[in-house]
Amino acid sequence: MAVSTLHAIDLSRNFGSNYAVSDVSFSLQKGEVLGFLGPNGAGKSTTMRMLTGNLAPSNGSVKVCGHDMVDNPKKAKEMIGYLPEMRPLYKELTVDEFLTIAARFHKVQSSRIRRAVESAKDKCGLTHMSNRLIENLSNGYQQRVGVAQSIIHEPEIVILDEPTVGLDPIQIREIRNLIKEIGKQHSVILSTHILPEVEMVCDRVQIINEGSLVFNGSIDDLKRQRRGNKLLVGFSKAPTKKELLAIDGVSQVDKIDNTMYRVHFKEKYLPAEEIVITATKKKWGLFHIAPDVTSLEDIFVQLTQIEK
Amino acid sequence: MIINIARKELKSLFATPMGWIILALLMFGFGFLYLDGVNKYFEVMSGSVRPAERQGITIFVGQNVYGAANFLMTVAIPILTMRLISEERRSQTLPFLFSAPISLSEIVIGKFIGLVIFLSILVMYIFVMLSTMNIWADIDFGYLIGNSFGLLLLIGSFCALGIYFSSLTSQPIIAAISTFIALFAMVIFGNFTASDPNHWFGYISMAKHFQSFTRGVIDTSDVMYFILFIITFLTFTIRRLDSDRLTG
Repeated sequence: MAVSTLHAIDLSRNFGSNYAVSDVSFSLQKGEVLGFLGPNGAGKSTTMRMLTGNLAPSNGSVKVCGHDMVDNPKKAKEMIGYLPEMRPLYKELTVDEFLTIAARFHKVQSSRIRRAVESAKDKCGLTHMSNRLIENLSNGYQQRVGVAQSIIHEPEIVILDEPTVGLDPIQIREIRNLIKEIGKQHSVILSTHILPEVEMVCDRVQIINEGSLVFNGSIDDLKRQRRGNKLLVGFSKAPTKKELLAIDGVSQVDKIDNTMYRVHFKEKYLPAEEIVITATKKKWGLFHIAPDVTSLEDIFVQLTQIEK
Repeated sequence: MIINIARKELKSLFATPMGWIILALLMFGFGFLYLDGVNKYFEVMSGSVRPAERQGITIFVGQNVYGAANFLMTVAIPILTMRLISEERRSQTLPFLFSAPISLSEIVIGKFIGLVIFLSILVMYIFVMLSTMNIWADIDFGYLIGNSFGLLLLIGSFCALGIYFSSLTSQPIIAAISTFIALFAMVIFGNFTASDPNHWFGYISMAKHFQSFTRGVIDTSDVMYFILFIITFLTFTIRRLDSDRLTG
């Protein structure tokens, strides 16, 4: 059985009468990358701040490897590496100086600090930036320093709040690869509102909307919801609906426009080959056939709108 | 852990021109006061003063230097303390400290000690500067040590007040200005009731408590005043940061 490293139990947080997060419970398994998804203002950052002890929950509790965040904050915080949305960097220091300070603050033994800094820099591709002032680094490199400070003490859990915001596509890809690397050794919680990112990086997804969890499942569940049992077919000399329905396994046909059809089929059938054979035989002029993928965005919208 | 925070503060102070400039200006100010004191000593003492009323050079120059520390520090310390928490709030680096396994008290005390260590460089400097008079005069080291101790306590209380104001706002400038006003008030409180030396107003004024040090007296009640002052404002700061965590 997988060992769970972090437990959030009925977390709630209100600001005045406004509930930012209500009754969020979940647990994180060891070595798992958990994606935390939600539209802006859904309560992602608030939840993360509570998980890391930056904000006291109004209700509920957080347990990190058995240590309660309220009763034993120091022990709990030792297990966590956190990169907030606004990366907390002392820009007047160099990369080495900053990482050394981060290591000291996280109780890395003084004899091991040197090595910890080197290995964090190595993992984040910062070795050639050691003596540069953080202020003078580009956005992407600053983000890497942020990630480096969160893994410097080899924490059990790494929590990253929107780590790819504001980066260019190349930097985003690099940071994602970095997160995948980190995910091999640590448990990671990653918040984002970019959907493909979750699919690329995470093992499990949680969708939060207006402060409550609306979806909690593996990335495969999400993909299954996404793929569905539909085919998108295009014919230049379109047949009638009836002709298509006659093909074995086809349950429903929707006409999109004059040439495109969405063909639904029954469970356990995949009538693609049948359709191709029939189409060539009857010369329908087949030019397109592909699984009809519901975009992640659609699922996301569905999930976040159900509540309303 | 307190030491680690203090080290970080010192590093930040010396990593920017700010620390160096303030230190240089203060050294210039105190150096000027010292020279001025020595010059005046010869003017005053060489002339009409009767032998019985003559003062030692240590006290004469010392009062000139330490007596003005009040005002120099009132200007300098707000500029240093404004960074401590306010700046971190503005550049959103506080989560870095809060999510590390460090308690709030350690953060606040660490920052306080870091700044006091930084300013104690100045206290040492003044001590060494005044000691140079020993080359051609026989000076009273007890007086200098007493005064250095007093100055350290004064700096400590100013820093504690400054940190508190710094924790209230995310605008460093506002922190600096409000600290300056508060310190200025603390320093001149006593002057309002100078005619009545036993007025209670005088007792809470910092200037009155510092004065006994500049006379070379270490009075435990003065020492307690400063220590209580420091503890009070550091506690307020810790409470204030804690309320950040609680109320968001």
